[in-house]
Amino acid sequence: MSALRVLVGCKRVIDYAVKVRVKPDKTGVVTDGVKHSMNPFDEIAMEEAIRMKEKKLASEIIVVSCGPSQCQETLRTALAMGGDRAIHVQVEGKEYEGLQPFHVSKIFAKIAQEEKVDLVVLGKQAIDDDCNQTGQMTAAILDWPQATFASKVEIDSGSLKVTREIDGGLENIKVKLPAVVTTDLRLNEPRYATLPNIMKAKKKPLTVKKPSDYAVDISPRQEVLSVEDPPVREAGQKVESVEQLVQKLRDAGLVA
Amino acid sequence: MYRAARLRSWREPLGFLLKATDKIGVKCYKTSSALNSSAGEHVANGDILYKQEHLQLRQSLRKIIDQEINPYVDDWEARGQFPAHKVFKTLGSAGFLGVNKPTEYGGLGLDFSYSVAVAEELGHINCGGVPMAIGVQTDMATPALATFGSDKMKRTFLVPTIAGDMVACLGVSEVGSGSDVANIQTKAVRKGDDYVINGGKMWITSGCQANWMCLLANTSDRSPHQNKSLFCLPMDAKGITIAKKIDKMGMRSSDTAQIFFEDVKIPADHIIGEEGAGFTYQMIQFQLERLWGTAAALLPMDKLIAETSEYTRQRKAFGQPILNNQVVHFTLAELQTEVEALRSMLYRAVGLYIEGNDVTKMASMCKLKAGRLSRQVTDSCLQFWGGMGFTNEVLVSRFYRDFRLLSIGAGADEVMLSIICKYMNILPQASGKKK
Repeated sequence: MSALRVLVGCKRVIDYAVKVRVKPDKTGVVTDGVKHSMNPFDEIAMEEAIRMKEKKLASEIIVVSCGPSQCQETLRTALAMGGDRAIHVQVEGKEYEGLQPFHVSKIFAKIAQEEKVDLVVLGKQAIDDDCNQTGQMTAAILDWPQATFASKVEIDSGSLKVTREIDGGLENIKVKLPAVVTTDLRLNEPRYATLPNIMKAKKKPLTVKKPSDYAVDISPRQEVLSVEDPPVREAGQKVESVEQLVQKLRDAGLVA
Repeated sequence: MYRAARLRSWREPLGFLLKATDKIGVKCYKTSSALNSSAGEHVANGDILYKQEHLQLRQSLRKIIDQEINPYVDDWEARGQFPAHKVFKTLGSAGFLGVNKPTEYGGLGLDFSYSVAVAEELGHINCGGVPMAIGVQTDMATPALATFGSDKMKRTFLVPTIAGDMVACLGVSEVGSGSDVANIQTKAVRKGDDYVINGGKMWITSGCQANWMCLLANTSDRSPHQNKSLFCLPMDAKGITIAKKIDKMGMRSSDTAQIFFEDVKIPADHIIGEEGAGFTYQMIQFQLERLWGTAAALLPMDKLIAETSEYTRQRKAFGQPILNNQVVHFTLAELQTEVEALRSMLYRAVGLYIEGNDVTKMASMCKLKAGRLSRQVTDSCLQFWGGMGFTNEVLVSRFYRDFRLLSIGAGADEVMLSIICKYMNILPQASGKKK
């Protein structure tokens, strides 16, 4: 089997270290002037693809991001890590607010077909909406096998041996290529983009597309009614003994 | 385009303040129209000096700092030394130690604005000592070697320094002469194919860990400005004694040494550039050092002002948050204004320097202001922290100690003032012992 063409999704999300605030009109969270970076699970996906390329198992890494123009910064980071070229599917403003995994997976599937990729590597979920859907949906649309929550991936002539993190422990599966893999936290430790590579990334090709170029209708399938802050936790109380605890629970009507 | 951006910040003074605390975040502060023009590229970053690559660089560096440096700073501070070889290898592998050095020696050959971007981001490190040692490595001990050194010396010392395999220190100050560089006493005497060095150096950053020193020594009896030369001195040469690790009030994670030389022999080809040109080389090197030091002081000041705002917002006295006192929020606003003014002066000086101008006057002004302002910011903020500010558990007290050095090291405030006076033509001739 010749070296693989790999597609990696890179979502631009609010940085993990930022304290997220709900907009006063409750339509979403504040994103203006807030630090954004690449979804950490996507960084892991990038790293895995780069390692495949370093082992000559992959021939080309195409990175894709759907969203506003700032996504190009995220794509440049992915190129600086080791991607070969980037596709930015531009979706701005209100349209972006309504963009859901359902739409993104259709776009990914279309690109995967157009670019004749053998492997799609995505983060298992994005840390903003925590949907955990895009990988599964992409596999379904393509009718390819899926290996989600990967903690170890080995290429084995035309198929992948994937270790998955599941509730009860680890599950080992084998999937035929082409396939969709989503990455779990412990798959690898992503590298830093080095300065020489940041400079080189500037010259790598970045194509800007629109969802309509892939004939994907991005009209929203669901409507956000309101976004609320989680309830504020009330202060707890310390009790001296088990008897006191039971008494408290009884007073609160929680035990008979 | 610039006008439009400026107007925006006028209308949103509060937003501007908040954003200034996180320069990476500033880049989101843009209009879509600004994105599409080349002039807008700068505006989009919120800064005149930095383009997209500068910001990518800073983001990558911030990640290294968050993961490989900041978690260990408290420990290094307590131990009075940070592992320079380990930290420099990490930074060197990622390409951060040779930003503006020639590509044939492992550098990236970028202009000085990239060094400034690195210096500014190093301010994200939660102490003054580690950035200072990195600065010595990248912009204080190595510029003269990179510019004037022989190919052999560059291969022997510059290449491993950029890669992070060697730690460099700068040997200029002595017991009898710090800011008064012309007055150093250490001698390097030519004997056959060697130079024999005698004397000693004081206040040597990273002196206990360094593999080589960029040494300034007298090589003749000519006038003090024409008798000095710079050398690459391997620190394992026979006759070098590291007399002591100096116990300092601040910059504790960076080791500072006093060093003696007794008949230290080095091959004659270890000289950097021309014999007798050392003073001039060092003065050129100092320009960069001053700009670098200013850049590294900006983020800590932003951070302290932001942390102080946050702390005083939460802490209540006499029934209301401390921040609600006008003296507190006005002072913080005033300080942030000063920080932005300093940032602007630095960017202007760097811009002029990149275009090939001599910026000695402005670099000295930057350094003077950075020293003075960092004392003002740390002292004012510490006051608002009250008793907590006096403990060693908060960042403000560490920077209160660390930043005190800024007005002393790399040419004291008074030396900066003398230089500025000279350029303004108001320095009395008679008092100048340097003539």
